[in-house]
Amino acid sequence: MSRSAEPLVRVRGLSTRLGDKVIFDGLDLDIPRGSITAVMGPSGTGKTTLLKHITGQMRPDAGEVWVDGSNVPTLGRDALFALRERIGYLFQNSALLTDFDVFENVAFPLRQHARLPEELVRNIVLTKLQAVGLRGAARLMPSELSGGMARRVALARAIVFDPMLILYDEPFVGLDPIALNQVLKLIRTLNQTLGITSILVAHELSAVRRVADRVHLLANGKIVAAGAPDELARGESDWTKQFFGGEADGPVPFHYPAGDYAHDLGFDGSAA
Amino acid sequence: MNARFLRDGYVTDALAQIGAAGLFFFTILGAVPKSLRHFRETVRQIWFVGAMSLVIIMTCGLFVGMVLALQLYHTLSIFGGTAALGTVVALSLFRELGPVVTALLFAGRAGTSITAEIGLMRATDQLAAMEMMAVDPVAYVVAPRFLAGVIAMPILACVFNALGIFGGHLVGVTWLGVDNGTFWGNMTANVEVWADVINGVWKSLAFGAVVTLIAVFQGYTTPPTSEGVAYATTRTVVFSSIVVLALDFVLTAFLM
Ligand SMILES: Nc1ncnc2c1ncn2[C@@H]1O[C@H](COP(=O)(O)OP(=O)(O)OP(=O)(O)O)[C@@H](O)[C@H]1O
Ligand SMILES: [Mg+2]
Repeated sequence: MSRSAEPLVRVRGLSTRLGDKVIFDGLDLDIPRGSITAVMGPSGTGKTTLLKHITGQMRPDAGEVWVDGSNVPTLGRDALFALRERIGYLFQNSALLTDFDVFENVAFPLRQHARLPEELVRNIVLTKLQAVGLRGAARLMPSELSGGMARRVALARAIVFDPMLILYDEPFVGLDPIALNQVLKLIRTLNQTLGITSILVAHELSAVRRVADRVHLLANGKIVAAGAPDELARGESDWTKQFFGGEADGPVPFHYPAGDYAHDLGFDGSAA
Repeated sequence: MNARFLRDGYVTDALAQIGAAGLFFFTILGAVPKSLRHFRETVRQIWFVGAMSLVIIMTCGLFVGMVLALQLYHTLSIFGGTAALGTVVALSLFRELGPVVTALLFAGRAGTSITAEIGLMRATDQLAAMEMMAVDPVAYVVAPRFLAGVIAMPILACVFNALGIFGGHLVGVTWLGVDNGTFWGNMTANVEVWADVINGVWKSLAFGAVVTLIAVFQGYTTPPTSEGVAYATTRTVVFSSIVVLALDFVLTAFLM
């Protein structure tokens, strides 16, 4: 198999527990090069945890996570850092550096890893900020930004290096319809012009349909359904029917695992 | 009772914490060469912790010197030895009070803010974000603050001593009427650079290292919650105070 045909990210038999809870139970996942893949699933199923496994922020109990030919859980710190220089990551809570203004936040990865002339840094940073509509906010501090603005700055920072792989953890949260459009366009442009592979975790099906090539539905520690967004949205399996239909009852658990409800409320006389 | 202590893990937890802090110390040392590449950050931190603590150090130094002179004048006059006032004030400051009080004040002023700052960076995922950008937070955030603490502490102690002697002079000479020439003459004749002044500097360096190590360790390992950060800052002050006073005893015994 030629290198470009093999998936950029290949997860095999991923198993992880956190505390008493089984998060992944033999999860398999392939992300083809140059694709935009969405990972959807109920809150608390482990979507963020999956992204953390792919980037080596967490190690699984068992299983393999191959990214561009290296098995992430086995990498030493230096190799992991070398890999991360080629990965952009948008944190669910933006995670901007509060010591620096917007411009320096976006410039941070450039300044750390490349000795570029100031002129060039300026051009790159302003281009990225322009792409998210915040060039004018370059000198604001993170505390002066709204939630949606902070997410767009974090997005600009994640793409400043034109990485080979970008992981977006809920990029559409807190965006107004115009900003949402811009961000969707940006994700697609990055993918089409630079061939950047993207993995995005999102809850907004309408937005996902407009960018993603494939959607994986994560529930109960496994990928329970995968396919093109429209295909999945039609909801032919029980999983997709329930999830995209937004029903509480079905195979996808809406409730965090809990004991008997009546017992907790004391209706069976136990709490008297 | 003892068994309960062990079972609940207080003792083992405490030992594990000390061990982890010790390992963290070596991690920081390992990251120092890398952190020197952005030395500007260290300079910024020295300025920061130094400037932050300067006012409180100067004020306290002045008052400690004044109180020292009052108390010692009273005691010395019993033995008719008020001529030694300058010497005794200076020796107490250089050898003991300067390094110790500076370290305690530093822990309360700069140490807590270092802990809170790093703890909040942890709680808001800023440290994780750095790791994701392939930047080692120990080299970028922790080591510069650690170096800054080690460098700033002796300087602050010197400032404390200077203000203390000034305060002692104010009370002893200006107020209580000790002869100006005697005050300075005896002091300069009896205080030795190596045995007294430099000994104090060694102490200060050691205190700077432990107080800042405790502060950065507490911040770096804090649970990522507001409660966690609150407890961590408290622990910085409590642990620093205990360790500084205990270490002071050990160092004094060795350096005497
Ligand atoms: N440190 C931890 N210890 C124990 N359990 C944890 C820990 N961190 C996360 N979890 C659990 O792991 C599960 C997955 O968390 P994760 O953040 O990956 O969910 P998610 O799919 O990203 O949810 P959301 O859509 O709400 O962001 C949750 O049920 C959470 O309770
Ligand atoms: Mg999440």
